[in-house]
Amino acid sequence: MSESRQAPVSAEAPGEPPPAESWSQRFIRELTTGSAMVTFLAVVLALAIGAVLIAVSDPEVQERAGYFFSRPSDTLSAAWESVSDAYAALFTGSIIDFGEYTIGRALRPFAETLTNAAPLIAAGLGFGLAFRAGLFNIGGEGQIIVGAIFAGYVGFGMDLPIGIHLVLGVLAGLVGGALWGGIVGVLKARTGAHEVIVTIMLNYVARFLIAFLLTTSVFQRAGASNPVSPVVQDSGRLPVLFDSTRLHLGFIIVLLAAAFVWWLLSRSTIGFELRAVGANPHAARTAGMSVSRAYILVMLIAGSLSGLAGVMQVLGTERYLTTGISAGLGFDAITVALLGRTNPWGTVAAGLLFGALRAGGVTMQAGTGTPIDIILVIQSLIVLFIAAPPLVRAVFRVKVRDMGPALETSKGWGA
Amino acid sequence: MKTSFRLATAVCATALVITACGEAPEESDEAADGGGDFLGCMVSDAGGIDDKSFNETSYNGLVAAEESGVVSDIKFAESQSDADYTPNVNAMVADDCGIIVTVGFLLADATEEAANANPDEQFAIVDFQYKDENGEVYEIDNVKPLVFNTHEAAFLAGYAAASYTKSGKVGTWGGAKIPTVTIFMDGFYDGVMYHNEQKGTNVEVLGWNKESQQGQFVGDFDNDGLAKQISDNLISQGADVLHPVAGPLAASAGTAAQEAGDVAVIWADSDGFESAPEFSDVILTSVMKGMDVAVETAVGEAADGSFTNEPYIGTLENEGVSLAPFHDFDDQISQETKDELDEIREQIISGDLVVESPAAF
Repeated sequence: MSESRQAPVSAEAPGEPPPAESWSQRFIRELTTGSAMVTFLAVVLALAIGAVLIAVSDPEVQERAGYFFSRPSDTLSAAWESVSDAYAALFTGSIIDFGEYTIGRALRPFAETLTNAAPLIAAGLGFGLAFRAGLFNIGGEGQIIVGAIFAGYVGFGMDLPIGIHLVLGVLAGLVGGALWGGIVGVLKARTGAHEVIVTIMLNYVARFLIAFLLTTSVFQRAGASNPVSPVVQDSGRLPVLFDSTRLHLGFIIVLLAAAFVWWLLSRSTIGFELRAVGANPHAARTAGMSVSRAYILVMLIAGSLSGLAGVMQVLGTERYLTTGISAGLGFDAITVALLGRTNPWGTVAAGLLFGALRAGGVTMQAGTGTPIDIILVIQSLIVLFIAAPPLVRAVFRVKVRDMGPALETSKGWGA
Repeated sequence: MKTSFRLATAVCATALVITACGEAPEESDEAADGGGDFLGCMVSDAGGIDDKSFNETSYNGLVAAEESGVVSDIKFAESQSDADYTPNVNAMVADDCGIIVTVGFLLADATEEAANANPDEQFAIVDFQYKDENGEVYEIDNVKPLVFNTHEAAFLAGYAAASYTKSGKVGTWGGAKIPTVTIFMDGFYDGVMYHNEQKGTNVEVLGWNKESQQGQFVGDFDNDGLAKQISDNLISQGADVLHPVAGPLAASAGTAAQEAGDVAVIWADSDGFESAPEFSDVILTSVMKGMDVAVETAVGEAADGSFTNEPYIGTLENEGVSLAPFHDFDDQISQETKDELDEIREQIISGDLVVESPAAF
């Protein structure tokens, strides 16, 4: 197969138009070259629409809208109140709580944001890295679950000295995720099986695997009849960084992981190969790179990054396994990575934003009764607007020229 | 194009005028709230309060407590995933709740942790009782477990299903394989077997075997597609009564039954005839689990200072669990069967008939 594909590429006469890029290549390029301005405006627009939804869904506003024409101020003030209360709660729940007396307690919401962001960033890096190599890794859920199973087993099932226990637990999680991702890489490289299908199926396998394991005596908590594992021992836990917060060492590890991915992609030979394979596998093959090796390698690393998210769930925040240990992070991570333009530091920033929305959403729901689904709507709208930059540009009347040189070339490489 | 746009605008404007032209109410002082300033709070698992089943029934108990003036205000937080339990419970603690009701076994650890960290706060947990490593029940000073021996009511449902079926096959399936689900299926299974024994019938139960504790499960409470598929499979295997035990997924069984035409559904948790009226034409009866009553009672006790950590165990005797009326199917159930059901109910209450389940409390 590879031989026959090589011929037309190398035989192409200079001056002839290059072959049209496929939709996926174009999608990758547009996604990775969009401007930060569009991202920012997309967030603003999503929050504005979210505000409308909050107001409309508030029963008090609905009631007052019933007599809108006899006293419009009632409706408007109720709407303003419900939106401002909700967004104020979103802020105090994710950034800083001015109602607290000490700086430590006031910043607890921010610690909660970082706590929520950590696994999102890790799994987002896993998605983004594979994406750069041209693979659509939607198996984050499965990789998180298997990573969590491995890390959790070391955490609660083994008695080891302090330090070694934690290190081994984290490594086990990375291995678990790498294993689950590696299966995808091998199948893709050896048989050409499409990674989207394989990852979706492996998500199911992982879900039922953990459901099964939690009924066995090895994994089920002694005396419990529900599917929950024993609690991870203290020596196996990711230590908490600041008292009275949930922020744990995992956040530091995630920043190191982001730095590693940045180095891998932009400074290493392997990263160059991965990007070359992602941009055009045929050309990469022609240039003498091993596409199969790249696929397997990138899925091993991507899987271990998602596995790291599983580690943070089980050794960091949750401390025991349940069937819901992945908490939908694998899917949110896709959004985070796309929002971060699949760039490691972009992913960190997007993860922080989504972590803040998750943390603030809890306070918003508990404090003001605003439905938590609003958070999901805002997240989805952000992605929608980023996927449709022309729409955002039209709304804010941003000229294409302002968007930087990247979009000038969006007609295609040959233009 | 333009005309249709104008037309739409006109319609919208009319609608707006009709709905928005009500009289403004008189300005009044803040309505006095009953019950002082006691805040009742609830944290649900991922089902949400509109699941027409588990969470909704529990939430109704909280709403009832507010309506009767027992608590002045209520707060509710829905968890979107397992990662939300601890933050949600902590947010409620921070909001000065008088009592925090957590719904479902998944919140057990988060509740225990918060209860130990905040000994002055009062908690109640629906559907869970704490057990140690040896399976012995233990109590936490400030947590009241609200649990239900649902198999007693499900036994009646199984008996009714066995007498109703024309195909000689009835089916049941569950959301996740957890004790609070299998307890329904155990009771249902035993009820059918009891009917076979008493009446010499040979009705078969598809989807659950009490002896081996194996059966049909979706694996979670959100996969509607799989739930529909399982329901369709059971129907094609000949079941004409389905008993789904899966919170919001029960709707899939309702749809499957409506499509099949001659299949009846036995709802779980609440009276489906009222909570899910879109399926009222196929709902034979419901196995009701009085979480609303239990929650309302626990909240009431917390509000008037008589809170204890003694578990509430719903049974047929205290009407914490019960069989719903047959509603539209009333004329299809013979008076004889109804009398027998009443008799069995009495026997279970008096202890003459012992219904067992490994998942019982």
